[in-house]
Amino acid sequence: MTLKVTLITGRTINQGATIENKTSSDYMEATACCELNSKDVALLGKPGANVRVKTKHGEVVVKLKENNGNPDGLAFIPMGPWANAVVDPDTKGCGMPGFKGIPAEIEVTNDKILLMKELIARYK
Amino acid sequence: MAVITDALCPFCGCVCDDLTIVTENNKITEVKHACKLGAAKIMGHHRIKAPMMRKDKHSEFKEVSYEEAINEAARILSNSKRPLLYGWASAVCEVHKKGILLAEELGAIIDNTATVCHAPSTLAVHEKGLPSATLGQIKNRADVIVFWGSNPVHAHPRHMGRYSVFAKGLFSEKGRKGRKVIVLDVRKTETANMADEFVQLEQGSDYLVVSALRAILSGHADVVPESVGGVSKDALLKLVDTLKTGKFVGIFFGMGLTQSKSRYKNIDNAISLVTELNAFTKCVITPMRGHYNVTGFGNVCAWETGFATAVDFSRGAPYYNPGETAANDVLIRKETDAAMIIAGDAGAHFPADSVRHLARIPIIQIDPYWNATTEVANVVIPVAICGVEVEGTAYRMDGVSLRMRKMIEPTHPPDTEILEKITERVKVLRGE
Repeated sequence: MTLKVTLITGRTINQGATIENKTSSDYMEATACCELNSKDVALLGKPGANVRVKTKHGEVVVKLKENNGNPDGLAFIPMGPWANAVVDPDTKGCGMPGFKGIPAEIEVTNDKILLMKELIARYK
Repeated sequence: MAVITDALCPFCGCVCDDLTIVTENNKITEVKHACKLGAAKIMGHHRIKAPMMRKDKHSEFKEVSYEEAINEAARILSNSKRPLLYGWASAVCEVHKKGILLAEELGAIIDNTATVCHAPSTLAVHEKGLPSATLGQIKNRADVIVFWGSNPVHAHPRHMGRYSVFAKGLFSEKGRKGRKVIVLDVRKTETANMADEFVQLEQGSDYLVVSALRAILSGHADVVPESVGGVSKDALLKLVDTLKTGKFVGIFFGMGLTQSKSRYKNIDNAISLVTELNAFTKCVITPMRGHYNVTGFGNVCAWETGFATAVDFSRGAPYYNPGETAANDVLIRKETDAAMIIAGDAGAHFPADSVRHLARIPIIQIDPYWNATTEVANVVIPVAICGVEVEGTAYRMDGVSLRMRKMIEPTHPPDTEILEKITERVKVLRGE
């Protein structure tokens, strides 16, 4: 099952509380995740499953989480290296990349979530 | 044991100034009154111990002396044809001043974290101005509070208690009971759960919704369709009525506006709405700034160069054109050939394409902490933590300047000292 969504990224309290401690497992837990409402989660599997989020700009594996504040078809990944693996780099002539409103596809995967160090190593 | 009262928080744009810090043997043992974000930063984490360098991006770091790291940083920067100096928002204004001098010396581009935050708001302010107020005015007077594309429960946890929703003031003695709280967002956030009215928009439709509100306000409700951006016309009419009849309306906005489709035009339109509302009542608009001193960088840069951010010194005089000179513009175009990342983490907060380019060019990192930028850095220079170990000036989100206090003695040199030494060394290398 591949779910088509609109992806947004943004701050969360746990992302902020661990932002100066990016090598910690707490930071990874806070930011390497993707929130969908329970209806969308149920279409894919269960909360806690690993999912691959794909956009035309890249792909990343993160943990599936439930957030019933999200409307159907809206995915949220906390800002950070995992979210930024798939956001739109185009600054649209005003310097700001596209961190919100990115068409994305989500599917369950057995692949593991990369550590921050491993994720950045892919760019070298 | 020492107790510091009325200490200032170096985390978000609220810059709360009522913290109590307990220290013992130059260690912070307790932080009182801070939110989870502020407490986590002030209590501290594992630090980078000593300066580090490595031969290439794939090899391991080796500890070096400060002198060696500073010399290498100066060598990289003075050899660069298109250097980028980026970050700044987690440092005090005194650091910004030194950074701008270095940028001018190098003919570099200097940009700050607003480039992925509120820089589009600055573009909108160029167009329309900013009908705003201090947080004190809002606390004392506002009876209608609006959060648009902003989630303070997560990003600015004490904002509602100190300055907006719950704060009791001179003409707002009832606090929460005397206020109407409206949240506009694409998802029902924890902030939305606390609101009297939650208006749920379709993602990317903020510009349309602002335009519809302006049409209704100017007496043209007849041209507004039954639904705009997922919001019913009835809800829009009700919202305009609430805004018009408020005695003092305080609107706060966040990344929901600056990062969505239309970018700065969303804010441009929202400022026009605020201006027009002032024909009926008092209405002000304030960006919810993220880092505690991102506003400070904008101020220092504006008075030193004439522009708030994304300033290019390569022509010998300051030039500014976000879309061309902002950090992600020059990285994605692969124009930058060396970068210094200081008091900000481009490695974590820039899109993959930008980080991919950072991984190909020499990078100097100046920061207290190991972060994603460290993973692509060649030279790493650890520094003292501004606002915890170094005093200095910071600007709150409403542009009020405050003096950050030193809580404990630093174990590392301050950013200002490192920047001065790099600048001196650059001048020597250039034969000046």
